[in-house]
Amino acid sequence: MSDYNFAYLDEQTKRMIRRAILKGLAIPGYQVPFASREMPMPYGWGTGGVQVSAAVLTPDDTFKVIDQGADDTTNAVSIRRFFEKTAGVAVTEATAEASVIQTRHRIPEEVLRADQILVYQVPIPEPLRFLEPSEVETRKMHSLEEYGLMHVKLYEDISQHGAIATSYAYPVKVEGRYVMDPSPIPKFDNPKLEMAAIQLFGAGREQRIYAVPPYAKVVSLDFEDFPFEASKADHACDLCGAEDSYLDELIVDDAGGRLFMCSDTDYCSTRRKAGHVGAQGVPLGEDAA
Amino acid sequence: MIQVENLSKSFTLHNQGGTVIPVMEGAAFDVARGECVGLIGASGAGKSTLMRMLYGNYLAASGHIRIGGVDVATAQPREILALRRETLGYVSQFLRVVPRVSTLDVVAEPLLRTGHDRATAEARARELLARLNIPERLWGLSPTTFSGGEQQRVNIARGFSYDYPALLLDEPTASLDVTNREVVLSLIEEAKARGAAIVGIFHDEAARDRVCDRVIDAAAFTPKADT
Amino acid sequence: MTPLLQVENIAKFYGARVGCKDVSFDLFPGEVMGIVGESGSGKSTLLNCLAGHLTPDAGAVRFDTKTDGLRDTVTMREPERRMLGRTDWAFVHQHARDGLRMNVSAGGNVGERLMAVGARHYGQIRDTATDWLGRVEIAADRIDDRPTAFSGGMQQRLQIARNLVTGPRLVFMDEPTGGLDVSVQARLLDLLRGLVREMGLSAIIVTHDLAVVRLLADRLMVMKDGHVVETGLTDQVLDDPQHAYTQLLVSSVLQV
Repeated sequence: MSDYNFAYLDEQTKRMIRRAILKGLAIPGYQVPFASREMPMPYGWGTGGVQVSAAVLTPDDTFKVIDQGADDTTNAVSIRRFFEKTAGVAVTEATAEASVIQTRHRIPEEVLRADQILVYQVPIPEPLRFLEPSEVETRKMHSLEEYGLMHVKLYEDISQHGAIATSYAYPVKVEGRYVMDPSPIPKFDNPKLEMAAIQLFGAGREQRIYAVPPYAKVVSLDFEDFPFEASKADHACDLCGAEDSYLDELIVDDAGGRLFMCSDTDYCSTRRKAGHVGAQGVPLGEDAA
Repeated sequence: MIQVENLSKSFTLHNQGGTVIPVMEGAAFDVARGECVGLIGASGAGKSTLMRMLYGNYLAASGHIRIGGVDVATAQPREILALRRETLGYVSQFLRVVPRVSTLDVVAEPLLRTGHDRATAEARARELLARLNIPERLWGLSPTTFSGGEQQRVNIARGFSYDYPALLLDEPTASLDVTNREVVLSLIEEAKARGAAIVGIFHDEAARDRVCDRVIDAAAFTPKADT
Repeated sequence: MTPLLQVENIAKFYGARVGCKDVSFDLFPGEVMGIVGESGSGKSTLLNCLAGHLTPDAGAVRFDTKTDGLRDTVTMREPERRMLGRTDWAFVHQHARDGLRMNVSAGGNVGERLMAVGARHYGQIRDTATDWLGRVEIAADRIDDRPTAFSGGMQQRLQIARNLVTGPRLVFMDEPTGGLDVSVQARLLDLLRGLVREMGLSAIIVTHDLAVVRLLADRLMVMKDGHVVETGLTDQVLDDPQHAYTQLLVSSVLQV
């Protein structure tokens, strides 16, 4: 064990953050201000998510971090190591084995359970910020449920692009009350926001925490004649053949060759281990480069 | 229809040492339906002032002006506006209109404001403009660019398009040629025939003698110089 | 007849200085009232108190609400007052950029109030916006342009469309023609006058331009040093002013 207090933050701070989390869960979608601490990593690297994770982790937890679905990017690896070192918790890349999952910009493909917590890293928590720069005004708009402006943004999308072009950070209304930014997850993930697990959102620089309790109703905003559509690349994963997962597109050579693969690396490798093979894939174990 | 009682008026010029100029005192007269009364008196006797007071344009200092059940001397602005819309018409010497509004609309407006449909209002406006010899090619233009005589005729057409129960006419035949003067006089006779109470200022004595049932000398209401 | 707006002894102080004081009047449906006075006379303070942008220090502003009749908007809860602000009331600012979202297209600007009261059909919102752009003489093909690409007069007309789209009953206007060229002013006034009549709007117009009130207002309120010095029928106040200040104001207008 290290010389750090468990999970880096002192107990008073964790208590303060837990109070904010509980308030957030009690008022789904409401942005609770909290005294965000300096963390040993720069803003934009998930300081909000890290503080929320620190406040919910217990020594018995198993921790997983994904960055755009991947467990093996610098950001994911360094946060995972951070808690390995400061909390001594077990870590995993397997979604099913994790009890706390911190994520940047994705929801895992595998359906989450009631005994799991999903912690989102949030850059800009205020969904109305795009059109209303004043925080005083946006807080008032939330408190009075004045959300017409949110549809103005969608209107602008349709008038400029012929369809709602917002493809990530797509605004939702939680439990029929607060309009919430689901963090920059692709809108493909929006339907998954109604889930069994607890979802916590932390914005470190903006000092806000908000939450979606299990099974809370989460509706993506839209127009009657332009209904919300969860979209993804019209393709199957080239590695594991999955047709239901969100895909990353990779340019693989100078001739314009491309490859689509699951953005959720754990989902993809689990399928490949089970023997699924995509169009450009090879059975697992033979592609180790 | 029009009853004036003990009406007085003075102007206080606050910015010229508070000079008070009394211009009218104890004015009183009645005008019945179908009657035309001419106001006479030398220039400065207060004819125009009296007309403006009847219309609510000048504020009475004391007394009463009852027109169609409203006391113009004490009425609220909206009551005077309703009176002007439905009861009391005024043909002034000068046409005052909004720029960009066509002549046809200017003339049709009193009818539109009183709830007549556009077709009826425009038909009446066309009829009057034709009768007053305004060339049809001008009807679509704003009268602000018209000659003085044309403007005066547009003004008259506007004053007669809606059948006001009471009418104030300030020099309606001034600057008109013989033909149009005749049209205006017959319009006045028609208005009398339908029962309108009319007060007018006519410098044109022949016109006055023809349409006025009696005259009132405004000099009778002028305050004595020594007061 | 119930007044649409009943103002009783409104007062607003800035420290020891009087913003406006002892202002009372009734405004009836379809009436247009002008408030004139020089800069600092308290006319804008008064307008902002009436429209709920400022909280008066004393007095009541009762508005004839659709559901509950006359209600004091000063003591009304904020959500209700803000709801009035985007349904039954409209506010036309002197500077279009205070009343428009400059980074949103013309169509979005007009559509905002519709969406704020629950419109959720893009096609219908767009049709209504197109119709209103036409009514304020903005070409339909400018619907997706931002107001930054518009001239001053067009911006002001867009602001009017944005405000009137929900069919308000009372419009507050703060120097609606200020800062515009004379020819542009005339067109705007003409438009406003037509809309006021056509929609049967009641309006309160603050201006220092007597020509504007002569054209638009039925009645007039003259303010000086935060107090009302004279009220009456517009043409009567302008042609036969009673108070020393009004006489000065009227006689100071340059003749053309």
